[in-house]
Amino acid sequence: MDGAHDMGGAKGFGPVVPEPNEPVFHGDWERRAFALTVAMARPGGWNIDMSRFARENRPPEDYLSKSYFQIWLAGLETLMIERGLVTREEIEAGKVLSAPKPGVKPVAPNEITPAIRRGGPTEREAKAPAMFAVGDTVRMKDIHPVTHTRLPQYVRGHLGTIELNHGCHVFPDTNSLGQGEDPQWLYTVRFDGPELWGKDADPTLSVSVDAWESYLERV
Amino acid sequence: MSDHDHDHHGHHHDHDHSELSETELRVRALESILTEKGYVDPASLDLLIDLYEKKIGPRNGIRVIAKAWSDPAYRERLMKNATAAIAELDYSGRQGEHMVVVENTPEQHNMVVCTLCSCYPHPVLGLPPVWYKSAPYRSRAVSDPRGVLRDFGVTLPDATKIRVWDSTAEIRYLVLPMRPEGTEGWSAEQLAELVTRDSMIGTGQPKQPGEIA
Repeated sequence: MDGAHDMGGAKGFGPVVPEPNEPVFHGDWERRAFALTVAMARPGGWNIDMSRFARENRPPEDYLSKSYFQIWLAGLETLMIERGLVTREEIEAGKVLSAPKPGVKPVAPNEITPAIRRGGPTEREAKAPAMFAVGDTVRMKDIHPVTHTRLPQYVRGHLGTIELNHGCHVFPDTNSLGQGEDPQWLYTVRFDGPELWGKDADPTLSVSVDAWESYLERV
Repeated sequence: MSDHDHDHHGHHHDHDHSELSETELRVRALESILTEKGYVDPASLDLLIDLYEKKIGPRNGIRVIAKAWSDPAYRERLMKNATAAIAELDYSGRQGEHMVVVENTPEQHNMVVCTLCSCYPHPVLGLPPVWYKSAPYRSRAVSDPRGVLRDFGVTLPDATKIRVWDSTAEIRYLVLPMRPEGTEGWSAEQLAELVTRDSMIGTGQPKQPGEIA
C-alpha cells in the first residue's frame, strides 16, 4: 500500500540524529513489546509479511506519531484481534474477559535459541527459469496495490539494471494475504541517481532495491 | 518517530509523559493477558531479551570484518557466500538468513537502508539503532546519502561513487569497510578495535590506528 511507511525520497523529516552509546532498548516496555511480538508469531500463526502489513496499514498521522515499538505493539494487537486470540475489549480493559483460543501453545524456553538461530529462510526451489539475466535493463511496474507490497514508490516506473539474482523467494504480496508463498525470482535492481531524482541528482549516486520478478517489465 | 520528538517542538511535555506510561501499562497488561491465556511463557520472553541484549550485537559483525581484513581466504569466502562464511563464526538465523557482503573501495562507498521498515542483519549487527528506523534516515538515505553522511560527520571525496542498498526483501547487507592504512601485521583481535557498527552499515568509517590507545 502507498502508506506513510514508504519513505524513500520523502522530504521534510530533518537531519538524522544518532544517539551516542545507544542502548538496545529504551525502557523495559520496549523489551517486553519486542519479545511478545517475536514470541507470539508461531502461536498466533502469522508470517513476517502479515506482521509487516499489520504495522504499516494505518493512517499516516498514526504511523508517524508512534515510536517504533509503539507501532510493533499496535501491529501485534491487530494480528491477535484478527485471529480471535484476544478481543479489543480485553486489551482496553487490561484483563482477561474471555476463554483462550483452544490449541494455542506457547514457545517453550528451550525452543527460543534454536528458533532464532534457524530463522525463517525464504528461498525456495525454482519452478521455472529466471526471466531476466544480470545486466538486463528492466522497468519497474507502476502498480499501487492497496495491500502489502515491497515495491517502493520511488522506483516505480523507473529503469534499472539487474545486478544480482538471489534465487526464488517467498513473495510478500501474496504471503501477507495468506494466499500462499508463490515463490518468485528475486533480483537486485540498480538505478542511477538521475533516473530516480532528476537531472540535478548526485551523479555519483546509484541505488538498488531487491525486487521480485513480477515487479519487473522487460524493456 | 521517537518518544522525545515532541519535546523538540516545545509542547506536549506533560502529554508525552502520560502517553509513555500509558504505553508501559498497556504492554504490562498485554503480557499478563497473554500469559494467563497460556499463549506465552514469560521465561521465553526473558530469554529472547537476554539474547538480543547480550549475545546478538555488533561485536559479532566486528569479528567477521576483522577476520576478513586479516585472512584473505576468509574474505574470499565471505564475498562469494556471506551466509556460509558468517556461519563459520557461528552467527546465523533470524534476519540474517540470506546475507550479502558489499565491499567499500577507494572508488565506491556502500550504504545500507530499509526505506519500508527496519530490515537489518540481526545476527551480525543486533537490533537496529533508533536512527536507522527513523523517518529522516529512511527518507534521505536513497536520495541524499552525502547529506546523511554529513549528519554522521563523514565526508567522502567528491569523485567517490555512492551505492545505496535498500533492503526491500529478505536479503540482508553488511558493509565490508576498507582496512585502515598503517595496520600491516595487525592481528584480527587488534583490527577488531578499529571496526565500528556504523562502518558496517556505511554511515561511518572505521577508526584509524591513531584513534585507539
